[in-house]
Amino acid sequence: MTADVMRAFVNDVGESGPVTCVGGRTAWDVGGAADPAAREVRAPVGIVEHEPAEMTVRVRAGTPVDVLQRELAVGGQRVLLPSPSPDATVGGVLAVGRSDVRRLAYGPLRDVLLEARYVSADGRLIKGGGPTVKNVSGFDLCRLLVGSLGTLGFLGEVVLRTRPVPDASRWHRGDEVDPFALVAELYRPAAILWDGAAAWVLLEGRAVDVREQASVLTRHGMVEVGGPPDLPPQVSSLTPSALRALDPSATGRFVAEIGVGTVHADVGAARAALPVEVVELNRRIKDRFDPRGRLNPGRDPLLGAGAEVAIRTGGGCRLCPTRSATGSDHRRARAERRADP
Amino acid sequence: MYERDASMITVDRPAVVCFPRTAVEVQACVRAAAHHDRPVVARGAGTGLAGGAVPVASGVGGPVVITTTKMDRILSVDVEDRVAWVQPGVVNLDLTRALAGHRMHFAPDPSSQQSCTIGGNVANNSGGPHCLAYGVTSAHVLAVDVVLADGSLARLGALEADVPGYDLRGAFVGSEGTMGISTRIAVRLTPNPPAVKTMLLDFVSVDDAAGCVSGIIAAGLVPAALEMIEGKMIEAVEAFVHAGYPADAAAVLLVEVDGLPGGVAEDAAAVASVGERCGARTVRIAADETERQLLWKGRKSAFGAVARIAPNYYLHDTVVPRTRLVEVLREIYDIAARHDLLVMNVFHAGDGNLHPLLVFDAREPGVLERVHAAGDEIVGASLRAGGVLTGEHGIGLEKKAYMSQMFSADDLDAQARLRAAFDPDERMNPSKVLPAGSRCGDLQGVPEGAWV
Repeated sequence: MTADVMRAFVNDVGESGPVTCVGGRTAWDVGGAADPAAREVRAPVGIVEHEPAEMTVRVRAGTPVDVLQRELAVGGQRVLLPSPSPDATVGGVLAVGRSDVRRLAYGPLRDVLLEARYVSADGRLIKGGGPTVKNVSGFDLCRLLVGSLGTLGFLGEVVLRTRPVPDASRWHRGDEVDPFALVAELYRPAAILWDGAAAWVLLEGRAVDVREQASVLTRHGMVEVGGPPDLPPQVSSLTPSALRALDPSATGRFVAEIGVGTVHADVGAARAALPVEVVELNRRIKDRFDPRGRLNPGRDPLLGAGAEVAIRTGGGCRLCPTRSATGSDHRRARAERRADP
Repeated sequence: MYERDASMITVDRPAVVCFPRTAVEVQACVRAAAHHDRPVVARGAGTGLAGGAVPVASGVGGPVVITTTKMDRILSVDVEDRVAWVQPGVVNLDLTRALAGHRMHFAPDPSSQQSCTIGGNVANNSGGPHCLAYGVTSAHVLAVDVVLADGSLARLGALEADVPGYDLRGAFVGSEGTMGISTRIAVRLTPNPPAVKTMLLDFVSVDDAAGCVSGIIAAGLVPAALEMIEGKMIEAVEAFVHAGYPADAAAVLLVEVDGLPGGVAEDAAAVASVGERCGARTVRIAADETERQLLWKGRKSAFGAVARIAPNYYLHDTVVPRTRLVEVLREIYDIAARHDLLVMNVFHAGDGNLHPLLVFDAREPGVLERVHAAGDEIVGASLRAGGVLTGEHGIGLEKKAYMSQMFSADDLDAQARLRAAFDPDERMNPSKVLPAGSRCGDLQGVPEGAWV
């Protein structure tokens, strides 16, 4: 059954012609617009196997995250995937690569994916990683696929690490608290958010610990609330300490993940220059995995959240016409190079 | 000395051994090797168990070994950003000791942590007992400065939360020296837990102990560490360090829970309750730090204690689903018995990471063949149970020939493409990890003259 479903997905993707893999379209603009000429395919749907005592779940990539969470909750578990909308799919959020807002306690999204079965550009079913929680057998294709925007392969079925649903989980909010001081004052809070004025803190764990930590927050004038603030759409990254310098007059409304460095804002921030060696490695990986550029044409992980990426070309980028190029210049250069036989 | 690591596999002698002190010197070594068409092999402390740092000749001649032990400085510690920049030759335990004043530590704690280097940990994506709760090395590396095969220097990853493009950092960690040589590593610092309890559960049956491991995980508990020591190994450890393990037990579990004091007390009670339900004879909680250190000393001295039983051992490293521990352990005993070998187990039970030790005397004629045959069958049994080839030691030379048992020719081809994107001429640590000709699926045996 599973083999048949995956075989059908392999056939859908095929071996030639531009093709794009559609999830819930919740982050469809990330990394550029998909080429409208690309044929659309969808990953298969369904939970293949959940063994609660193993703390893993095998699920098909087209399954909505919310559907997976509801099924896992029956066994008292969850996966640390973000759920930006009810339509967001497991494969979609992995391909986009944005971490859940509880990253401070549980780590980034890339640590959730244990095994990936994906369809390659030449229409083969490839397995990367392995089903166990610990594995260093061979090179790490799983981490390469997280955040790759489907440009290296289309996820069909994955094994994810699950975690127990904590006994207690409580959001708090306050206006008079220094969120940066809370990182050191609390022990492993699940999230600390800050919009330049108010702070939100998520405490999770044993009820006794959440009560004890909540008393710290109460001393800072924080009160329990129903949940976090709405997150503005554009996502950018800083170091945790650089969040102190965030300026609402430049970013518009923002919500920063304190201790992590992720910023959700109305206006995307310009990124620091990327060294040419890194751009070159990205290009070589894409060329080895998809030499004809047929997987998700138009999308480019180097362009991340749609922000312009300046590419530092100290040694001279051999693709770009000028020594200092923006991401779109680079992308254009790459497209032209491909078109040129 | 530079032709081997802790695996005792030997293949070729190095032509040159370099001791660079800076990234610029590493670049010069790599460029010189390229100029003379020599392979480059990076080496930390040489504690690897899979032959990853063993030089193998290719091109026109002998390998250039680049040893990072003189690059041993901690460059900066940033408590607010919870990151330290270190050179690759910094010893794992030295880093954690240097962070003690900040009440922080580096979480990966391989058994060799007194001598292994952070650069080696990055290359092997090393684990250790506390990786059960905290994750292996990849979860603790934010960025790496890497000298690539052409001698250029690139920063993979970043101190920022995310970096545009593919996760090059993730691809590099665990690549066993085949994608470049690290010259500077940004490691994540983990705050020390405010409370810790370490417990010893002892069992009269190995099955009950293994069942208890599954029971603890199934109860939704995530201990900081969950280790199992069984059979003759308990006796050997007791005689060696007097750790206070009940010498007549069939198996003991060493369980550590950490966090805030209230939750730690509840977690410890929950572990005890699962233990009693699973047939634990006694459940002992270390009363103080001295007793706690002694319990850990027993676990960490296990490999040294083996010498009391036989002069040689072969240490395996596979992972199985935690729910299959009981049956796989039984199968391992059967395999050892069939080959007339003694097997002892001391391992990271909480994540299903088995470390069976086949104990023998190499002077006995024919014993090596039996050890090899038994090892093959242990790997096969682990894979059949839904497990993987290696949990923390890596593939190196040791497990290369087994890769096609876990991966199809197409899977290996994809891995070869990733490696080729970093190192198209296969100059960096050639002949490691992927079987020869991974692009067309043929296999090569372990190199002639390999091992012991």
